[in-house]
Formats: sequence, C-alpha cells, structure tokens
Amino acid sequence: MAIEIKMPALSPTMEEGTLAKWLIKEGDTVKSGDIMAEIETDKATMEFEAVDEGTVGKILVAEGTEGVKVGTVIATLLAEGEEAGAEPAPAANEQPAASAPKAESTETGASPAQEKVETGARQLFEAAKHDSEVADPALPEGTEMVRITLREALRDAMAEEMRADDRVFVMGEEVAQYQGAYKVTQGLLDEFGERRVIDTPITEYGFAGIGTGAAMGGLKPIVEFMTFNFAMQAIDHIINSAAKTNYMSGGQMRCPIVFRGPNGAASRVAAQHSQNYGPWYASVPGLIVIAPYDAADAKGLLKAAIRSEDPVVFLENELLYGRSFDVPKLDDYVLPIGKARTMRAGKDVTIVSYSIGVGLALEAAETLAAEGIDAEVIDLRTLRPLDTAAVLKSVKKTNRLVVVEEGWATCSIASEISAVVMEQGFDDLDAPVLRVANEDVPLPYAANLEKLALVNADKIVAAVKKVTYR
Amino acid sequence: MAKAPATRTAEPPVPNRERPNEPTPYQASKDELLALYKQMLLIRRFEEKAGQLYGLGFIGGFCHLYIGQEAVAVGLQSALDGEKDSVITGYRDHGHMLAYGIDPKVIMAELTGRAAGISKGKGGSMHMFSTEKKFYGGHGIVGAQVSLGTGLAFKHKYSGDGGVAMAYFGDGAANQGQVYESFNMAELWKLPIIYVIENNQYAMGTSVNRSSSEDQLYKRGESFRIPGIQVDGMDVLACRGAAEEALAWVRAGKGPIILEMKTYRYRGHSMSDPAKYRSREEVQAVRDKSDPIEHAKKLLEELGVQEDELKTVEQAIRKQVNEAADFAEQTPEPDAAELYTDVLVERY
Repeated sequence: MAIEIKMPALSPTMEEGTLAKWLIKEGDTVKSGDIMAEIETDKATMEFEAVDEGTVGKILVAEGTEGVKVGTVIATLLAEGEEAGAEPAPAANEQPAASAPKAESTETGASPAQEKVETGARQLFEAAKHDSEVADPALPEGTEMVRITLREALRDAMAEEMRADDRVFVMGEEVAQYQGAYKVTQGLLDEFGERRVIDTPITEYGFAGIGTGAAMGGLKPIVEFMTFNFAMQAIDHIINSAAKTNYMSGGQMRCPIVFRGPNGAASRVAAQHSQNYGPWYASVPGLIVIAPYDAADAKGLLKAAIRSEDPVVFLENELLYGRSFDVPKLDDYVLPIGKARTMRAGKDVTIVSYSIGVGLALEAAETLAAEGIDAEVIDLRTLRPLDTAAVLKSVKKTNRLVVVEEGWATCSIASEISAVVMEQGFDDLDAPVLRVANEDVPLPYAANLEKLALVNADKIVAAVKKVTYR
Repeated sequence: MAKAPATRTAEPPVPNRERPNEPTPYQASKDELLALYKQMLLIRRFEEKAGQLYGLGFIGGFCHLYIGQEAVAVGLQSALDGEKDSVITGYRDHGHMLAYGIDPKVIMAELTGRAAGISKGKGGSMHMFSTEKKFYGGHGIVGAQVSLGTGLAFKHKYSGDGGVAMAYFGDGAANQGQVYESFNMAELWKLPIIYVIENNQYAMGTSVNRSSSEDQLYKRGESFRIPGIQVDGMDVLACRGAAEEALAWVRAGKGPIILEMKTYRYRGHSMSDPAKYRSREEVQAVRDKSDPIEHAKKLLEELGVQEDELKTVEQAIRKQVNEAADFAEQTPEPDAAELYTDVLVERY
C-alpha cells in the first residue's frame, strides 16, 4: 500500500509553506534520511527528509507551489512490489487520494498526527490578525500604507537606524550568518558586515555585559536575546549595570542600549521557554520597557528605542513575528515612547492590554459588539513609563475597566494598572477593575493544558459582562 | 605491586604560540619614582582618613580600603595613555580614582554622601566614575566590571580609536562565570584589553587556596589562549614594567592579556570586617617585609632623595587629605530634589 508523504509542519506556528524544490523524481528509490525536498517557511528554507523507504510513486504537488497547507499529501511512496505510477491504494476508509498538482485537498487527508492542534498559543496567534480600528491621528492625511510582517518591520527599523548612525550595531546569538534565530536580523550582515552584525557565543551574561560596557563607552548597541527567557542569565547587567549606573554616577554614565527579543508564551515550548517578563523589567526605575502589538508600532518604537539615550528593554512576541500589518510608508517613522494607543473606540467598557493580548482584546471587542457592548481597546505599547493618563481618560468615559495580560496576574502590569485606577480614578469606576491573565502555573506542554493556562478572548468577554452587569 | 614511578620522557612543553616577554621592572628616574611615591602615599593617607571618618559615622554603608595595594593602581595607571585608554574596576575604587589624579575632595565628599561628591552623593564609595578621565567605575557587583570592561575594549576596537581598556578585578571575582564568558569573546574578537587580577589573597574572608582550584590565577586564561603574567604587586616599578609589556602586547593587536598582581590588603575586606580569618602576625609580616611605600622610599633614598624632602612630601599630603576630609564633612548634602534626577536621561 502506498505511503502518503505530507507537507510537514516545520515550526510551531507554520500553517503553510512553499514547496521550493523536489530533489527526487518519480521512480527514484529513497531510504530514510534521504533529502526529498526543500520547503520554505516564512522563516527559513528547510530540508525535508524521508522517513520511510520505497520507490517514489507520484509527485502530487509541483515544485514551486506556494501556500501548500500543512498536512497536504505532496507525494506517494510505493512499498516493495508495488508498481511505479500505479494509483495509490485506497485507504481503508476509501478516501480518494489527492490528485496532482492541486494543493487544496487537505481537509480529507490529514491524519490525526497532523491535525491542527487546538492550543492556547494558537488562539493567541489567531487573534493577532486584528488590525487597529482607529487610524493614528498623528499620521498625515493620505499616508500610504504597506503591509509587512512584524519581523520585517523590526528588521527595517534596525537597518534604517544603522544606516543613519555608525554607533549602532547588533550583537547576539545567530544574528549574523544564520540571519537570526527567528529571522529578525535577516539581511543585516550582508548590508552592514561583520563589524556591525556580530554573532556571539551562547553566553548571555557575558555579551549583555559587553554590550552594556560598549554603551557606557559611547556606542549604541542592540543586544538580541534569542528569547527573553535566556536573558535571565543576563538580568544582572540589564538592571544593575544598565539601569542604575546613570543614577549612581550622578548623571555621568550614559547607557544607550536596546535589549530586544521575543518574550511571552510561544507555542508548545513549555514553562522554561514561556514567560512574560514585562512586569519584571517594568518594575525597575532607570529602564524603558516597550512591548508593541502591531508592525507599525514595532517599527516606530524600535527606532525610538535605538535613538534613546536610556537603556531600553524591547519585548517582542514570537507568535506575532509572522503576522502582517499596515505600516506607514514614511522615510522616518518614529513613535513617541510612553504613549498608549486607542485601537478601537467604544463607550461601555475599557479593555487595556499590550503585546499579543491586544489581539485577544480586539477579538473580544468584536464578539461583544455583536451583543451590543461597545468596548474601547487601549494598547499600552510602553510598559515603563506607563501612560496612565490615557487609561484614566478612557475610564472616565466608560466607567469600567478590564486589563488583559498574557502573563501571570500576580504582581503584573494588570495589577499596576488596577492600583493606579483605584488610586486616581476611583470615582470614575462603576464596577471593580478585573484582571484577565494566564493561570497561576508554569506553562504546561500538553496542548489541552496549555490552552487552559493561557488567556483567551472568551475569558475577556466573560469579564466584560461581569463589569457591565450583563 | 607498587606502580613504578612514571619516567619523564617528554621534553618540557614548548609554547605553541607567541607569548609576551617576561617583564622587567621599570627604570624610573628620580622624579618619576618620586611622583609614583607621592601617589601611593596620597592613597595610603586618604584611606586611613576614610577609615577614621567611617568610625566617626561620616561615611556609611560599605567602605573598602585600598591600603596595602597602592602599588598596583599607581604602577599600572602610570603606563596608560590618559587620552585614549579606559579603566574600570570593582568596588575597591578609591585608590584607582586617586591614581587618576581626581581631586581627593570630590572623592571624599562622595564617601560622605554630599552634593559635591563626584556622583552627587548618589553613588557612594563603591560607585564613582569620571567619564572625563575615561574611568568607568566603580561597580558593586563582583565580576560585572570584567564584562563591562570587555565592552569598553569592544568600543575601542569598533571605533578604531587606538585605546586599550584595563579591567581590574580581585581574586574573588576571578571565579565568576562571566569572567570566562568575557575572556572567550575578548580573545575570539582580539579585543584590546588588559585583565588585571588584583590578588590580595582573600575574597572577603575566603583565601585563594580555599576558593580556587587553580590558585595561580595568571594561568586562568590559558584555555582561552590568553597569556598571563604574574607580577609582584607590592613593587610599583614591577607593576609599571608589567604594564608596559602588557600594553605592547595589546596595542600590537594580539588581543587580551592577563596580569596577576600578587598583593595584600592590610585592612579587612570592608570596614565592617574584623578579619578573623588571618593572624595579626601574617598582616604584620607583610607590612614589615613588603610594604610598597616603604619599598619605594628605600629606592628613593638610594637615588639620593633626602629625608627632609620626603618629610615635606608627607606633610603636604597630610594637609591635602585633611582638607579633603574637612571639605567632605562640611559641604552640604544633596538637595532633596536630586532624589528624582538622573533616573533617565530623556523625558518621555
């Protein structure tokens, strides 16, 4: 019976890819370990190896086909004795095999192992398709928008600032020759060379210290952490060296550095690789902490961070890297640090969030709108300094507040916002402030448990109904 | 059956790569040596006074004195190019600042937490800086200055400014992991840095032998291919000579080098350390036999400097230190509004 070869998922968030090249042809014999094809994801070109042995029966998806969904049957492999070119034997349930070269026949073919697992991270990822519903009032009328991924926006921000200022350089693990572990620094080595795009050994404490020292010496380093989970090895330099030295020196020692990388839960990578450090860094005077949601903010705020004379912790999100958003086509798009953004205007309740939580908030707002509840969604964008004025202003209008955070509720940004609104906006509140956050557990691996642990739009809808007494 | 003792068949190891020359003591002129002597004496008297002010309650918190180690900072500093080279150290930093010629008044005023202090009174003994002199602190976390100093060296190389970074750290810090992370990158990238291990034999109360599996600290760079030299840190001319050799190595683009300065601190780790981990006799023996200032004094006498002249020097330094102390006691504390300044550079 013919073995179906299916389009593999080559990263936790991959849904489709390009079948760039076949390295086998019909009639070839393959053994396990042979490379059969090259598949391009949004991050990289990967080699696809054979697991089973046999003779290539039919190639069902032509090379060069884009948008091949994960799980699509792309070829068949004949076991010994089967004839090449023969129709693949029907499966027990008599599903017709996919016919070449159409790639859209995935519904029927996917085996349980390749089913799209419903995880919490996927919910976060799905919700991150929402664009802001409010145009930035600061943009000139008729500004052209281009749709690019967050990954590209970050790369463009770095490249533009590096072109403008020779003191700016990038260092970190795999940022140069590998083109970035998450492909954020793609192309920078080619343009700027190895003097300014520097691969480091896996020594976070050491290279965070070297970056900080270089900043003290007068350069403007961008230090990439492969993820902020690994920055815990380096947190001493971020806090004790970078954040405090200006104060301790009476203003003599500047430290204009950007520490950036993905933060928060990714997909199915479990507790040590899934944590939101926003509240940790935001609690430290002397640091600027930024956590953007969409690509325009990522670009405008990263440029501002690189230009700042202060140390900046710039928290990205892996699940957002491949998401596309509209970015203003302007030569120099720089946003102010410390300013929240209204993503959706509403009058019944304010939902405040940041980073990937904003997508969930927008999704919840959509659901709520259908039920007649008009929610205002505010993206904090900067976590230190917090734009408390924007939150208080919105609460004055809606009298109700729900704070959404992909992270733990205890000692969180949500807790901080709640405290500020209680202290400064108490009279405007018609209901207690509610926090909607992850469960108070290390993030589990199992798909069902991960889903239970992470914040989602339903929980936000429920909280909003509670504060609006619906 | 007893195992036969191994017979030595191999030749002694031949270096498989270039090594720096064994340094020779610096040949100082009378004036040069007198200048070094003055600097060491200033540090000694300054630190004694700081200890006294601590006892009187003028200085708070931690206060780590440099008494006994003066030759290291003075000898090394004298070889640097003040226009180009940068220096960074840990919390035992008063001596390094004085060796840089920074006014004792603003240092002492920092120790007493006054507005006129070099960090406006916000840093204290452990956190003093002078970016003007390219002195980058003054860092309180053991070992942090090694990575930061490597960053300064990175800056020198990146900018092509011809400067060398000198990062001082103690025998205690020499066991921190980030030191080796930095060694690795410094050699990999051939950064212009001199790592100076001030081995004063005790990491707070733990002797080198009790904390270091390899107590010959100059060898600590070997697995990174960084050469090391052990230096008599109680002899200011030996220190200077070693600095010259190290600078020649680094300025030639050969990458980092380690200097292990064998020295000794007479006082406790900080003012609050009773130093029960060593005997009074041990300290006294060093004072009697190896004191760096007495050694320099003897050399000066050999060069024909008269006792009168040395007495005049002593008096002038005592006066300078007393003035610094008076200033530091009397100058006002920071304005309350200073509480909120210098947290960030920009306004957001």
